[in-house]
Amino acid sequence: MTMQKTLLFFALLIGIGAHAQSDKYMATMQKNITLLDSAKTIDQLQSMAGTFDRIGDAEKTQWLPYYYAAFAQTLIGWNPDTKDKDANAQKINAYLAKAEAIEKNAETYSVENMSATQQMLVDPQSRYMTNGKDAAEALQKGLAIDPNNPRLYYLQGMSLFNTPPQFGGGKDKAKPVFEKSVALFKAAQPKPLYPTWGQKQAEAQLALCQ
Amino acid sequence: MIRSIISASLILLFHSLTAQTLVSGSVKDGKGHPLRGASLALKGSYDGATTDSLGSFHFQTTEKGDFTLVVSSIGYNPIEQIINLAGTPISFHLVLKEQLSELKAVTITAGSFSAGDSKRGAVLSSLDIATTAGSNADITAALKTLPGAQQIGEQEGLFVRGGAGYEAKQYIDGTLVNNPYYSSVPDIAQRGRFSPFLFKGTVFSTGGYSALYGEALSSVVLLESIDLPEKSEIDATISPIVVGLGTQQLAKDKNSSWGFSYNYVNPVVYFAAVKQVPDYFSMPQYHNADANFRIRTKGGGMIKYYTTFAYNNLGLRRQDWDSLNMNDAFALTNHNWYNNLSWREYLNNGWKMDLGASYSTNLDNIGQQVENLQNQPQIFSDSTFWMNYKNFGVNQRQDLTQVRAVFDKKLGALSAIRFGSEYWYACNYQQYHTVEYNIDTLYKFHDNFNSLFAESDIYLTNELAAKVGVRYEHSTVINKSDLAPRLSLAYRTGPAAQVSLAYGIFYQKPENSQLFYTTNVGFTKATHYIINYQKMTKDRIFRVEAYYKKYDDLIKTVPVNYFFSTYNNTGSGYAKGLEFFWRDKKSIKDFDYWISYSYLDTKRNYLNYTSQLMPSFAATHTASIVMKRFFTKIKCGVNLTYSFATGRPYYNFILDSVNKYNLAENGKTRDFNSLNFSAEYVPSVGNTKAKTFVVWFASVSNVLGYNAVYGYNFSYSGLYRQAITPPANRFYFIGCFLSWGVDRSQDAINNNL
Repeated sequence: MTMQKTLLFFALLIGIGAHAQSDKYMATMQKNITLLDSAKTIDQLQSMAGTFDRIGDAEKTQWLPYYYAAFAQTLIGWNPDTKDKDANAQKINAYLAKAEAIEKNAETYSVENMSATQQMLVDPQSRYMTNGKDAAEALQKGLAIDPNNPRLYYLQGMSLFNTPPQFGGGKDKAKPVFEKSVALFKAAQPKPLYPTWGQKQAEAQLALCQ
Repeated sequence: MIRSIISASLILLFHSLTAQTLVSGSVKDGKGHPLRGASLALKGSYDGATTDSLGSFHFQTTEKGDFTLVVSSIGYNPIEQIINLAGTPISFHLVLKEQLSELKAVTITAGSFSAGDSKRGAVLSSLDIATTAGSNADITAALKTLPGAQQIGEQEGLFVRGGAGYEAKQYIDGTLVNNPYYSSVPDIAQRGRFSPFLFKGTVFSTGGYSALYGEALSSVVLLESIDLPEKSEIDATISPIVVGLGTQQLAKDKNSSWGFSYNYVNPVVYFAAVKQVPDYFSMPQYHNADANFRIRTKGGGMIKYYTTFAYNNLGLRRQDWDSLNMNDAFALTNHNWYNNLSWREYLNNGWKMDLGASYSTNLDNIGQQVENLQNQPQIFSDSTFWMNYKNFGVNQRQDLTQVRAVFDKKLGALSAIRFGSEYWYACNYQQYHTVEYNIDTLYKFHDNFNSLFAESDIYLTNELAAKVGVRYEHSTVINKSDLAPRLSLAYRTGPAAQVSLAYGIFYQKPENSQLFYTTNVGFTKATHYIINYQKMTKDRIFRVEAYYKKYDDLIKTVPVNYFFSTYNNTGSGYAKGLEFFWRDKKSIKDFDYWISYSYLDTKRNYLNYTSQLMPSFAATHTASIVMKRFFTKIKCGVNLTYSFATGRPYYNFILDSVNKYNLAENGKTRDFNSLNFSAEYVPSVGNTKAKTFVVWFASVSNVLGYNAVYGYNFSYSGLYRQAITPPANRFYFIGCFLSWGVDRSQDAINNNL
């Protein structure tokens, strides 16, 4: 083997290494997104949030790992066993702040909406004007960036669905929003690693509106 | 040779890909409890773990060499540790220390009730104040449902823990309000001048308050005005008693706003329908106008200006208590102008600055005339000279200019030091004249009042906090200084439960009406000792508080003759008591109630009292139950308040021939009961798209028609007494509040459908 070949070998090795880095990111994210889909317990979800957070810290320039960390934390927030929703929202917002420092988009706003909604639900009567307003504003900002994001319509539909009719909500108000969400889900072509959750939930909610 | 190097590299490469190090262990908090959800991360790598419910963690890593392991959890100080990864398993047992955090730290609650929407530990919200039955949106009336306050109906003010009404002061954004209530009318309590909707936070201190405030022996009410309104809107009020119109305009960038409002009160229609005991020969009329602007500064600070101008007059005629054939006609005209400018700014390095300035002027023109039953003015001979003193005119004016600066520096996460100074310039005039004796006297005095204060919040842990302060005051009119130390402590005894202690010395200048006659007096003084236990969860609050208060140097009246007195500081007294508060929003769905109970044991020798006596504004037992329920389906809220107080003492002191007061008669009034009802109907509640927001409001006070007796007025001879009663047994109110607002939060979503 000549020196040239050796150099070539090392060059290749370095090239593979660099490529392996982004491959490793893709592969690790893909694996963990699949794991997140099947995570159920609070400990499992907390562990997923931690994993995504570590990937984000190591990558430094990717918003998606932090987004998934925050999203995993919202799944903990929806769990009825989570007693201190405010403390949990603080964790969501800490991850979200890291994601939004890199990029603010419709997906980060959807998490912002869920975080504010979970806090509002602690005491809807007195928090409607604060957390409730933040939740509505997050939707508004998200839609301003991406008016065709199906998840934002799903969340908007959920908010209407859970608001009593006398307060301007109800099934009738929610139905067209869920319909729009489902239609957008069907047409959606998400980029690799981008969030895909919500279609099943939106369809199930639409069925409840019939 | 090269071949072997390559093989070696490859072997190394493969080795590094396959050899893993097992890292495991546990994370606990400072108290040894396992910490769930703590994160462990190898810096610069994906590898790490999250602790489970037992605080345990383990992970495999293929990384080699020295790495920084970062251990973190929200609310705890993160730690970093260098570890060497070489294939051999590593085990750690780590302890994370809790951060001092505002959300978790104990707060000092002794002697203080906090009300507000943003405040942590708030006992009432602004809406609670408006919807407490019987309050009719009067802040003071709502605060009377809390422990420590007396049920006083014959004069305005908060009578707290054996303190007179003038011993409680109100501050707006740090500066004292000189005339917080509409001008006094004898034996009829007046409302406060300020709407509860102007404020985002209210602190009702029943004692032991901060060194930042002074000049109140028993209580301060600290009102914090709202920053920027949530939206632009136009508001209108329509009712048989009051009409009003106002607007708030929020700038598009949401960094500034301005607004003004006007309302007019005239109960002529109401008084025609509901008979009043006094004969109103001049119908009460109130014109109130206010204006404001608010600017958010670049640094996140706020500049706020609020001004209100009020003009009112009334005339009423009541039975004279010396002669059944006579009436006393009383007339009052008041002008009041109040201004408050404040600037809060966040400076560098954790410094915060609060500047405030305030100017108010209050002018009262009061006249009283004894009339016969044909409403003809009467003049009396020297044999009934005391009757002539009921014919008088008083013009009085109080001006107060204040400036105040407070600097606040954060030390560490929560501890802070703050200090500041205030300067008040007060001008007081009183012109008194009686026609019969040709007395026409102008009394006046000016006072330059200065104070310096410093206070420190010391958080030793999240469980233990102290507030230490001292206040220096100097008043030129009495030419006296004082130094008032304040101290309070709070210690958490369990989740959501805590014990607080407070101690302080409080000084107050004598009242204007006394300083007109003599300035050879000193500060009056009270020393407070308070212990409080509180357990507070999201939906329930339980508080119990015990206190002891010592009064020194209270003002005593030194009579010179029937008409003229001077004053000294030889009075004294005490108050001690036990108070309970319970609020529960949870046990019954959609039903919110609170119960207050106060036990008070107090005596004082002051003014014309002949010895240590229970003051006429003190009741031994006072209790309130406030209930609120909102029926979502019919968009209606119903509120009930029941208040009870045992009878209060009354006294008749008669001046004898050697100008000494003697106690001629004393007793106790009957117990006080009042059941108040109010209801609101909010048809557009929750409908964010509604262009018009309407609230219908109705209330009835004293539903059961209980005949309240607040005390007695005695004739000159002492042989006849006249009960002090409310001007009418019940008070009814019905009104409609409209607001047209622009809330665009839903627009973007709807446009995209």
